[in-house]
Amino acid sequence: MGDPITAISLWLDGLLAGWGLAPALIIVIKALLGVGALATAVLLVDIFLVWVERKVVARFQDRLGPNRLGPFGLIQPFADVIKLLIKEDITPVGADRIVYNLAPIMALATVLLLWAVIPLAPTVVGTDVNVGVLYIVGVGALGTLGIIMAGWASNNKYALIGAFRTVAQMVSYEVPMVIALLVPVLLARSMGINSIVNAQDSYWFILVAPIAFLLTLITSIAELGRAPFDLVEAESEIVAGFHIEYTGMKFGLFYAGELLHALTLSGIVASLFLGGWRGPGAESFPLLGIVYFFAKAFFLYWVIMWVKYSLPRIRIDQMLNLNWKFLTPLSLVVLVVTALLDKALVGVQPWVYVLVLLAANLVIAWVTLQILRSRARKERQRVAEPRPIARPPAAPVSSQGA
Amino acid sequence: MTALQIIFLITAVITLGAAAMVVITRNLVHAALWLIMTFFGISVLYVLLNAGFLAVAQVVIYIGAISILMIFAIMLTRRVQQDFGPQTNAAWPWALVIAAALFGGLIWIFSGWGNFFTQAPVMGERADPLRQLGMALVSPEQYVIPFEVASVMLTAALIGAIMVAWERK
Amino acid sequence: MLNDWLFIGIFLVLAPVFPALALVIPRIIAPRKPNPLKSQTYECGIETVGDTSVQFRVQYYLFTLVFLIFDVEIVFLYPWAVAYEQLDLFAVVAGILFIFLLVDGLIFAWRKGALEWE
Repeated sequence: MGDPITAISLWLDGLLAGWGLAPALIIVIKALLGVGALATAVLLVDIFLVWVERKVVARFQDRLGPNRLGPFGLIQPFADVIKLLIKEDITPVGADRIVYNLAPIMALATVLLLWAVIPLAPTVVGTDVNVGVLYIVGVGALGTLGIIMAGWASNNKYALIGAFRTVAQMVSYEVPMVIALLVPVLLARSMGINSIVNAQDSYWFILVAPIAFLLTLITSIAELGRAPFDLVEAESEIVAGFHIEYTGMKFGLFYAGELLHALTLSGIVASLFLGGWRGPGAESFPLLGIVYFFAKAFFLYWVIMWVKYSLPRIRIDQMLNLNWKFLTPLSLVVLVVTALLDKALVGVQPWVYVLVLLAANLVIAWVTLQILRSRARKERQRVAEPRPIARPPAAPVSSQGA
Repeated sequence: MTALQIIFLITAVITLGAAAMVVITRNLVHAALWLIMTFFGISVLYVLLNAGFLAVAQVVIYIGAISILMIFAIMLTRRVQQDFGPQTNAAWPWALVIAAALFGGLIWIFSGWGNFFTQAPVMGERADPLRQLGMALVSPEQYVIPFEVASVMLTAALIGAIMVAWERK
Repeated sequence: MLNDWLFIGIFLVLAPVFPALALVIPRIIAPRKPNPLKSQTYECGIETVGDTSVQFRVQYYLFTLVFLIFDVEIVFLYPWAVAYEQLDLFAVVAGILFIFLLVDGLIFAWRKGALEWE
C-alpha cells in the first residue's frame, strides 16, 4: 500500500514473465517504460514551469500575471504551447540547416538526460551510476555544445557573440562548481546521487558544508545564464544571444530547456545538500519522498528566481573576476579544510563532527567577508579619485571585439 | 551473438564512421562536431568495458573542454572554415597500402599476445573499481608518483600557455 | 553495473525523440511561406552588414585553456574523494599536495595578469 511504485514494478515483472519473456528482455522493457514515464512527467512539469515563472515574476513586480485562462491562469502555458506549435518557422539565409535544427533538440535533451540520475524517492531512482556527479558535469558539457552549435549555425553575429559569451561563462563557472561538488562527494564517500542522499540520513550536508552549498547554487545560476549572469543574452548589447534567429517551437525548446534546467539544477542541489527526498515518513511512504523532493527543488527554484528578479546584470570582466579570483580560491579552501577536518575527526560523535565543520565554515565565511570588505574599500577609493576626462584611453577600445 | 556484442558493433561502426567524417568533411566546424561524435562513441565503448569513470571523464574533458577549445580556435582564425582544395594527392595509394600493412601488423602482433582472446573477467556485484582507483592513485606502492607528476606537468602546461600568450605584455 | 548504464543508454536514445517530435508537429500544421526578405538574418533593424565571422578576442581561447587544465586536474581528485574512507594520512597529504599544485598555477595566472579581461 505504502509503495505503489515497487508494486507496479513487481506486477510488471509478473505480467511480463507470464508472457514467457526472457529476464534480460524484461529489464529492457521496464527500463524503456521507466524512461518514457519519467521523461513525460518531467516535460509536463516543464510546461507547468512556464506558468510558475510568469506568475512568480509577476508577484515580484507587483503584478497579477496570467489570470484569464482557467483558474489562476493555469491553462495559459498550454495556450502558449499551441501558439508556438502553429507559428511559422523561419530559417535564416546561410544557416547550416542540420546543425541549426539539431541545436534546440540538444538543448532540451541534455536537460532531460540529467533526470536519469536524480533520485525522486527511495524507490523511484532512475539509476544510481557510481559516477553520478561527474555524469551531471559531463551532460552539462553536452549542453554547452548545443549552445555553441546554435550560435554558429544561425549565421548571425549576435548569435555567435552570445554563444561565445555563454560558453566562456559556462566553462569558467564549471571550475568552482566541480570543486564545490567534490565536498558532498567527499562527505558521502560516493559519487552516486542516490548514495549521497542515503548518506544524509542523520544530517543534511548543508549543515556541514554551507559554503559549498552556496558555491554550487551560485555556479548553477551562472551555468544557467540567468540574472545577474545574463550578460550572455544582454538585450542592449547582443539582442538575445545565441537563440536570436530561432522562431516558433525551436525557440520554445530553448526556453523550455532553460526553465527545466533551472528546476533540474535546483533538484540536484537539493539532493546533494538538502537531503533530496528525505523528510519525516519518506522511508515508509515513498510517494511522500517525491513531494519532499519537489518541495525542496521548487524552493531553490524560487530562490533562483528571487535572485534573477532582484539583481542587476554584471559585466563580463566582473563575471570572470568573480569566478577566478573569488569563487575558485574559496572553493579550494573549503575543499582542503573539509578534507583535513574530516580526517582529523574520525571516530567522534556525529554532533561534534557537525559542530566543528559548521564552525569551520563560519570562520571561512567571516574571513572571506573581511577580505571582501577591505577590497571593496580600496575599490571605492580607486573609483572616487578624480580622473581627467579628456585623456584618450591608453589602448584603443574596439567596438566589435565583445 | 550477445546483446552486448551487438551494441559494441553498432557503437564501433558509428565511432569509426564519425572519425572518417572528421577527415572527409570540408567544413572545419563540422569536422569538430564529428570529432565530438567520435569522442562520444569512445566513451560508450568505455561504458561497455565497465569503466564508467573513464567514460564520464572522457565526456567531461574531451567533449566539455578540448572540443570547445578546438571550436574556439577554429572560430578565432578567420576565413579558413571552408576548404576547397583537393582532398587527396598523388600518393594516396601508397598511404592506403601503408595503413593496411600497419593495421594488419598490429593485429598480427596482438594475436600473438596470450590475453588477446580472453574474455574480460566478470566483476562481482560488490566490486567497487572507482574506490580502488582512488586508493591506487594515492598509494605509495602504486601510482602516487605519476599522480603528482601529472599535477606538476599540468601546472607546467598552464604556466607555459600563459607565458606564450602573454609574452607581449 | 551495466544495468545502471542500460537505463542511461535508453534515455540517451529516447531523450532527443521528445524535442524532435515537438519540431515535427509544426512542420505539419504551421504555415510555411518563406521569402528572401523574411529569411534575412537579424541586425538591429538594418540590413546585415559584413561577414558573420567577426573577430573574437583571443582571451576567450585563453580562458578556455586555463579552464581545461583545471578541469583535468579536478577530475583526478574525484576517485580520491570517493576512496577517502580508506586513505591513510600519506594519501590524504598526497591529495592535498595535488590541490596545492593546482593553487600554484592559479596564483601564477593571477600574478601574471592572465585572469584580467581588458
